Amino acid sequence: MNAVDVRGLTKRYGNFSAVEDLSLGVPRGQVYGFLGPNGSGKSTTIRMLCGLLAPSGGEGTVLGVDFRKNPKELRQRIGYMSQKFSLYADLTVLENLRFYAGLYGLGGGALRRRVDTMVALADLEGQEKSLTGTLSAGVRQRLALGCALMHHPELLFLDEPTSGVDLRSRRRFWDLIYDLAAEGTTVLVTTHFMDEAEHCDHIGFIFRGRLVATDTPEGLKKRFPGTIYALETPSPPALLENLEEEKIPGVRDLYVFGPRLHAVVEGALPEALGRWSPREIPPSLEDVFVALVQDNERKGER
Amino acid sequence: MGRRLWALLVKEFIQMRRDRVTFGIMVALPVAQLIIFGFAINTEVKHLATLVFDQSRSAESREMRDAFVATGYFDVLREVESFSEIEKGLQSGAASVGIVFPPDFAPRLQRRQGAPLQVVVDASDSMSAGSAISAAQMLGMVKGQELMARWGMTPMTVYDLRLRAWYNPDFVSPFYMVPGTLGMILTMTMVMITAAALVREREQGTMEQLVVTPVRPLEIMLGKVLPYVIVGYIQLSLGLAVGVVFFDVPVRGSLTLLYLLTLPFIAANLFLGILISTVARTQMQATQMSFFTFLPSILLSGFVFPREAMPEIFFQFSRILPLTYFLRIARGIMLKGAGWDALGGDARALGVLIAIFATVSLMVFRRRAE
Repeated sequence: MNAVDVRGLTKRYGNFSAVEDLSLGVPRGQVYGFLGPNGSGKSTTIRMLCGLLAPSGGEGTVLGVDFRKNPKELRQRIGYMSQKFSLYADLTVLENLRFYAGLYGLGGGALRRRVDTMVALADLEGQEKSLTGTLSAGVRQRLALGCALMHHPELLFLDEPTSGVDLRSRRRFWDLIYDLAAEGTTVLVTTHFMDEAEHCDHIGFIFRGRLVATDTPEGLKKRFPGTIYALETPSPPALLENLEEEKIPGVRDLYVFGPRLHAVVEGALPEALGRWSPREIPPSLEDVFVALVQDNERKGER
Repeated sequence: MGRRLWALLVKEFIQMRRDRVTFGIMVALPVAQLIIFGFAINTEVKHLATLVFDQSRSAESREMRDAFVATGYFDVLREVESFSEIEKGLQSGAASVGIVFPPDFAPRLQRRQGAPLQVVVDASDSMSAGSAISAAQMLGMVKGQELMARWGMTPMTVYDLRLRAWYNPDFVSPFYMVPGTLGMILTMTMVMITAAALVREREQGTMEQLVVTPVRPLEIMLGKVLPYVIVGYIQLSLGLAVGVVFFDVPVRGSLTLLYLLTLPFIAANLFLGILISTVARTQMQATQMSFFTFLPSILLSGFVFPREAMPEIFFQFSRILPLTYFLRIARGIMLKGAGWDALGGDARALGVLIAIFATVSLMVFRRRAE
């Protein structure tokens, strides 16, 4: 059975649909990445699944429990780390950990052992007595993770856990997440970092409140329609403008990608592109998302 | 429940200890306010600046004049030569009272006729006017009887009124100001503390993290209320100490009963703050809403004006103010030496208020947490 199984999940605010008819299956023990631009409904979805927000519609189960009817039953079994830093800045690392251990019903020796374990797991040795407010963003995130894992949750929701965290801390954080998944914890994580998404077992791509694609990273890349050619040019934006005016048949899409221009071609390579030494490249996740976004924007316009 | 609540309490105490400034204010506030209010708000007004227009210039008028001064209510600023000077003096505020002796004051007395004398009082300040008027009336009566006795007449009173001001015979204003001020300080700090508490957690995002744990709304509320009961008791103790040491305020009843009955009062205020906290969206709003509860508490609870004189609607409204009951409890125990049989009803009323505030808070809290 899946850790998360929901159908038709919807959240409306007046006329605005933050999440619309979203169906999702997250297998147990996997790292499931939620991807999408800002404001696409990732956080709203996660907040509904943890019982922080009442959905306007939809049904399903989280860890086999009807998440709409029994959010309280779930609280001892899920962990949640919000996008915003949400620990007490005026408490020390140890005090925060002990506080959450207490809230999850730990006490005495069990509490001390678990707090020690979390200090080790979140790599917080030497910082136990520091006030949380004085810690760097990276250390704070690991502490928040430690607090969210205090009760051995079967399912962990992480909402943009690495935003505002430097690269090295991000790596360390993700190492922790893989370790958790290896031990059988299901992790549902939102991110807008492509390199992080690459490392998820499964990816769901959310756009304007809808889940528009879900697959493994490899599967998503295989589903990419057409072939990508990287064009060498000193000024990709200028070339983009020229080629867009030319409207070369067979070229489905053009976009600047780092120092190059990517052309998405259906069928054979058009001769008109030959001048910029085109090189066929495998689609990256970012290509896939650019394509998905454009595809859906066109659908939206229609 | 035990461990979760314990964790919340420990957390709250650590935060309280770290925020020394706030804690200092909570402790210093009652002491400073009580001293200021006790000294400054003196409803018994004495030593009013008085102008005397003595047209009689006789031994009789001087005797009466000295009798006025001897009451302590009237300080003769100067003698004046015309009534218009009294008018000017009262208008400018230089004086509050004018005493006018007519030219025939002494001859009339010598003929054993009634002798009129005029006492003009600036009643734009009703408090000082009131005490001047009653002091003058009393003086007139006493001096009159004294003269009649001197003349060998039997002073006769048809209605023999024997007035006794119980519980505070000398009308010492700190005696009723101190219990009231104490209640007012407790109301302000207790409501304010918890009004900000939940909103702050919501603004900081820590509330969201609490809500995903198994902790219950009631536990969150108790975690905010219980630590501040102790702060309330610290305030009560300091306030009582100031009252007793600086103003000789008596505690005629049982001190234990006073401490016991202050508990529902503190708790009612803390839960009123919690209620504000669940309704308010920002800390600013919470502070403003707290202020909206202070004014009615001060004006309608009986602290400043007697409740019995209020229009029915305000009298009924004052029933939902915790301060109303505390005033009766504190004045009752401290000044009247009242016991449980007299104050049990007030304690029960506070219990009802606690239940109402807590229940509504929980309902609002649950609905907002969805």
